[in-house]
Amino acid sequence: MSYAVKNLIQGSKELIAFRISDQEFCVNIMSVREIRGWTQATPLPHAPAYVLGVINLRGAVLPIVDLSARLGMKDAEPTARHVIIVAQMKTKVVGLLVEAVSDILTITDENIQPVPEVSSDLERQYARGILAIDKRMICMIELDALFPDTESEVA
Amino acid sequence: MDMNEIKEIFFQECEEQLAELESGLLKLNDGDRDPETVNAVFRAVHSIKGGAGAFGLDDLVSFAHVFETTLDCVRSNKLEPTQDVLKVMLKSADVLADLVTASRDGGGVDESRSRSLVKELEALAHGELPSSSGHDAPKPAAKAAPAAKVELPKPSDDSGFQPIPFSFDGFGEDDEPAVEGSLYEVIFKPRRELYSKGNEAALLLRDLSRLGEMSINCDTDALPALDRMDPEASYFSWKISIRTTRSEDDIRAVFEFAEWDCDLEVKFAEEASSNEELPMVPVPFDLSILDDSSAGEEETASERGASEEAVAAALSAAETASNVSRAARVAEKKESAAASAAAQNNAAAAAAGAGQTIRVDLDRVDRLINLVGELVINQAMLSQSVVENDATGTSAVNMGLEELQQLTREIQDSVMAIRAQPVKPVFQRMSRIVREVADMVGKSIRLVTEGENTEVDKTVIDKIAEPLTHMIRNAVDHGIESPEKREAAGKDPEGTIKLTAKHRSGRILIELADDGAGINRERVRQKAIDNDIIAADANLSDDEIDNLIFMAGFSTADKISDISGRGVGMDVVKRSIQALGGRISISSRPGYGSTFTMSLPLTLAVLDGMVVTVAGQTLVVPLTAIVETLQPEASAIHSFGANQRLISIRNSFCPLVDVGRVLNYRTTQANPVEGVALLVESEGGGQRALMVDAIQGQRQVVIKSLEANYTHVPGIAAATILGDGRVALILDVDAVVAASRGQSMKPEMSLAATG
Repeated sequence: MSYAVKNLIQGSKELIAFRISDQEFCVNIMSVREIRGWTQATPLPHAPAYVLGVINLRGAVLPIVDLSARLGMKDAEPTARHVIIVAQMKTKVVGLLVEAVSDILTITDENIQPVPEVSSDLERQYARGILAIDKRMICMIELDALFPDTESEVA
Repeated sequence: MDMNEIKEIFFQECEEQLAELESGLLKLNDGDRDPETVNAVFRAVHSIKGGAGAFGLDDLVSFAHVFETTLDCVRSNKLEPTQDVLKVMLKSADVLADLVTASRDGGGVDESRSRSLVKELEALAHGELPSSSGHDAPKPAAKAAPAAKVELPKPSDDSGFQPIPFSFDGFGEDDEPAVEGSLYEVIFKPRRELYSKGNEAALLLRDLSRLGEMSINCDTDALPALDRMDPEASYFSWKISIRTTRSEDDIRAVFEFAEWDCDLEVKFAEEASSNEELPMVPVPFDLSILDDSSAGEEETASERGASEEAVAAALSAAETASNVSRAARVAEKKESAAASAAAQNNAAAAAAGAGQTIRVDLDRVDRLINLVGELVINQAMLSQSVVENDATGTSAVNMGLEELQQLTREIQDSVMAIRAQPVKPVFQRMSRIVREVADMVGKSIRLVTEGENTEVDKTVIDKIAEPLTHMIRNAVDHGIESPEKREAAGKDPEGTIKLTAKHRSGRILIELADDGAGINRERVRQKAIDNDIIAADANLSDDEIDNLIFMAGFSTADKISDISGRGVGMDVVKRSIQALGGRISISSRPGYGSTFTMSLPLTLAVLDGMVVTVAGQTLVVPLTAIVETLQPEASAIHSFGANQRLISIRNSFCPLVDVGRVLNYRTTQANPVEGVALLVESEGGGQRALMVDAIQGQRQVVIKSLEANYTHVPGIAAATILGDGRVALILDVDAVVAASRGQSMKPEMSLAATG
């Protein structure tokens, strides 16, 4: 029985974990199209602060979102070591700027702990669960919740 | 290939056929009496009917059939295609188009309309020729049935001879019509195309044999000696005499799909016995046949045929002689028409062979265009890095690069040409609109189109349809006067609208001219004053007054109709034309009509732009918007109010707009003297000087949509990728100018970016 089939049967899923400052987050690997290095983005006028601009991804114009700023943390200062996670959200493709990709996790639903009651709306909006892996805490986020209809509300 | 794909192809072909149909009908309307035109029209309807039948689209088939029948009358010169006839036919073409659309997308059609048209068509086919043989096809069959019933008692008269009358009865009912049928002579000569398309003469003949009793003679005279024989050619022809109750049309239907690949002659040799003109004759005649069939049941078919022939010939000699010969004449005429049509069709097919076409999915073409766009960008990136690393600029690499550049340019042009399509389909749609609207407002208007084969990018074609529709409706509703007024003015009561397309210096020019009353400048002016568009004492030239109709909220029609005149008229048209990177203007002569001229780019995939730098960012300004560029001098800059500045250009003052400021690239106003001013013409005709820091050059850029992955950005029309591989934004000049006027940056109609 192949690995993928086994996973499917056991209801497990694969996640990509990445780091923003000192915190770790993860997203479903199915929504990630590719991971690439940081290149200078062309800023967009009248864009929200967390939208860094657009880059050329093999001919497509790809908006880059500073995930750190979007999650309410301090603005990123992108360097050549930063990476862009190219993620598919419904019909649109968005690049997420993160500090580094740390891991690929295979988990089952039992590994996911509920999000504790916190006061911040922002965390509750995107956090879908918390994983405890190797004494690390990884927050699972839902991209579609972060960008409902991808930015149309901030235009 | 599954059924749905085949169906999709059918609908695509339907569209082509409909276009063919309409253009043919319009040609006929213009007095063209070329039999080939009539045939083309007939073929179009016939093909739609054939395909629809294969897919079981009954509504479509039944309407197409009635239409076809009437067209057949025209084809066989039994019905003169007068203006009135063609009016009905054009309407029928519209309904046929509706039915095709309804069949494809679901949804209903206007039942009452199609029903009344069916009646009109039938009336045309009948009314003109009460006793035509070709058209009355269903009649003999219908008559034959009651005739058979009448005769039913007769076998029972003979029941004395028959031990089992019941079975005889049944036999009589089944067989009688066949026995009584008319005799047709069919000459069937397949051409080589018939075989090359996989048809088989034997199968066609077998199908034919199901219609009735027939005898076949194969004519092998044309067969050459073995050494001179072309193995793929067709040498045989068949002469068939068939006795059937079915009509000539039914016989033809057997050859329906081979019709264009063979010489087919169906001749009516002998009238059916149940002819409507001989109500009394059938009695003795039928008796004789009954005797015949009951007595000589085992008689061979040919013998019976011969005896019937003799009887029938004798009986019909007196009264039907004239009728038969007339019918035969008509049939012959029809034959020659069909034959010449087939021949011409063949010739046309041969001619078309030179310019063969293939059907390609639009997505594939778009993908190719995208890739070529990438190639162009990559090539530019490559040359840029070579130039940076090679100071001398004389190496072989540079030479190769130059050639590559030329090649990429050529590839780009060729790929763009793939997307180029003639404007014909849009123009044809307009003729329908003219018809319908003219009908609604009770005017008589003809649409003359010119240059409909002018090619332009498909996206442009798709997008001009709407503004053009709007303008055509306007022209019909407001432009052309009512027939009475026209007559009073000494004009032809029938108005003319002329739609022209042509290429002019890398753009397409579309002109819409009407010969109506022209623009009533007094009324336009008064309206503009009433609507606070201009000041009451404004001094305007005729041209400026004419252009007032493009202002928002302007409608000159006295009465608001449901066709046009809701106050969202020409300003919307102008906006959508401008959104395409085009311009529109009007010229008008009172009493002689108005002409709208639209100039549009040939493609929306690339754009000629000026690459500029603003606050460290690279922007592209569409070249079409720029009137001139200039280096401002300190003395020409004048402050105006709190933070407005004007620049004086040849003694006129023009507001200065800092692009970097409008786009929030910088918070303070740049010093105009250090930058460059681009004088742009914006919507509403006003000029603005856009301040940029520097001009990098002029370049053709590939337009990339921002909306695909992001959202609309105010002040930005689209994006592009420059030679260094970075994304540059394309400025939306109108939005920037509007923002400088103090209007909020609302999401505007974007420069339609595809790819």
